[in-house]
Amino acid sequence: MFNEEIVKPENLVYKKTDVLTDVVMHYCPGCPHGTIHRIIAEVIDEMGIQDKAIGIAPVGCSVLAYNYFNVDFVEAAHGRAPALASAIQRLHPNHHTFTYQGDGDLAAIGTAETIHACNRGENIIIFFVNNAIYGMTGGQMAPTTLVGMPSATTPYGRRVDLNGWPLQITELVAQLPGTYYVTRQSASTAADVRKAKAAVRKAFENQAAKKGTQFIEFVSTCNSGWKMTPVQANEWMRQNMFPKYVLGDIKLEGEIVRPYNPEDSKVIRDLVSVK
Amino acid sequence: MAIKGAIVIDVERCKGCGVCVSVCPKQVIALSKNVNVKGYNYAEMVNEDCIGCASCGMVCPDGVITVYKAKL
Ligand SMILES: Cc1ncc(C[n+]2csc(CCOP(=O)(O)OP(=O)(O)O)c2C)c(N)n1
Ligand code: SF4
Ligand code: SF4
Ligand code: SF4
Ligand SMILES: [Mg+2]
Repeated sequence: MFNEEIVKPENLVYKKTDVLTDVVMHYCPGCPHGTIHRIIAEVIDEMGIQDKAIGIAPVGCSVLAYNYFNVDFVEAAHGRAPALASAIQRLHPNHHTFTYQGDGDLAAIGTAETIHACNRGENIIIFFVNNAIYGMTGGQMAPTTLVGMPSATTPYGRRVDLNGWPLQITELVAQLPGTYYVTRQSASTAADVRKAKAAVRKAFENQAAKKGTQFIEFVSTCNSGWKMTPVQANEWMRQNMFPKYVLGDIKLEGEIVRPYNPEDSKVIRDLVSVK
Repeated sequence: MAIKGAIVIDVERCKGCGVCVSVCPKQVIALSKNVNVKGYNYAEMVNEDCIGCASCGMVCPDGVITVYKAKL
């Protein structure tokens, strides 16, 4: 259905930003990596900082992110993006260096780089895409996999006695003095996309003001790894991920606004003792 | 005078994921019975109730939806 009266340039309200290239993304149908790329690219576009933005790609499904962003990009070794970003931002203090990392990259192999960059208060932005699984390598358990959640390496669900607790690395980095803004967002509805965009913008503005480390988690899905349709995966995320990975700001202007809830780990401990 | 919207879907880039279908407040979008070159059942407009809210465009992971809105 094509309405010639409406489809005119002057009536345009939404189109893909030119800060993303026209390369077709290799992601599975419905993968939020594409949506999260676009959120970041739209903010870069709206702030007019395309020639000052420098992205660091991870190892993980978003390893090819540099093909999709129309900005300078460097590929890091697995988990080392915050170290690379630290160096680049120090050499180009008026640029906007950001990392883009999955949970395996950021919270498993790269834990040391994540913690130390945040603790040093490097003036970088860390975008952390938490889909609770290693998407790229076939859906193995990640540090963020939920208790009871099946994965390729925990086919009967994650067990705390064997696999430990899900790592809330976002709450963890909020404790460090170097982080200035720490928030958890998502991108499956238009309302969540709007909120996430505002958060991304705040992070870039804080970076321009040289405030230290900006850390944004995106609670996400991996419909292939979770073995669901994209729409089912979004629903599963809202039902199961959001109670554990609660959306909203955790640290604002260097002050913790939502303390880590110890009740949370108590509930999990009770579950373990039942077993 | 009424606000009317319309969307244009880049059919060959659509992956038929259905995320846009799930967020449209006016049930304007459905997946076609036909497939594109890559074999995906692409998204298409199935009625003229679009209000141009752009929700579909904002959640499409592949950025294939362009949204227009006009007072007619
Ligand atoms: C040094 C090294 N160790 C392990 C791997 C295998 N590997 C590739 S991606 C990945 C994890 C990806 O998971 P995540 O960071 O969550 O990204 P996702 O694919 O889920 O977006 C692993 C372990 C590797 N490429 N290099
Ligand atoms: S495997 Fe998962 S994270 Fe990777 S592209 Fe597919 S849906 Fe996205
Ligand atoms: S613009 Fe809004 S009403 Fe129109 S198709 Fe998209 S989601 Fe539906
Ligand atoms: S969200 Fe995008 S890729 Fe998915 S079906 Fe709709 S138009 Fe196609
Ligand atoms: Mg992952």
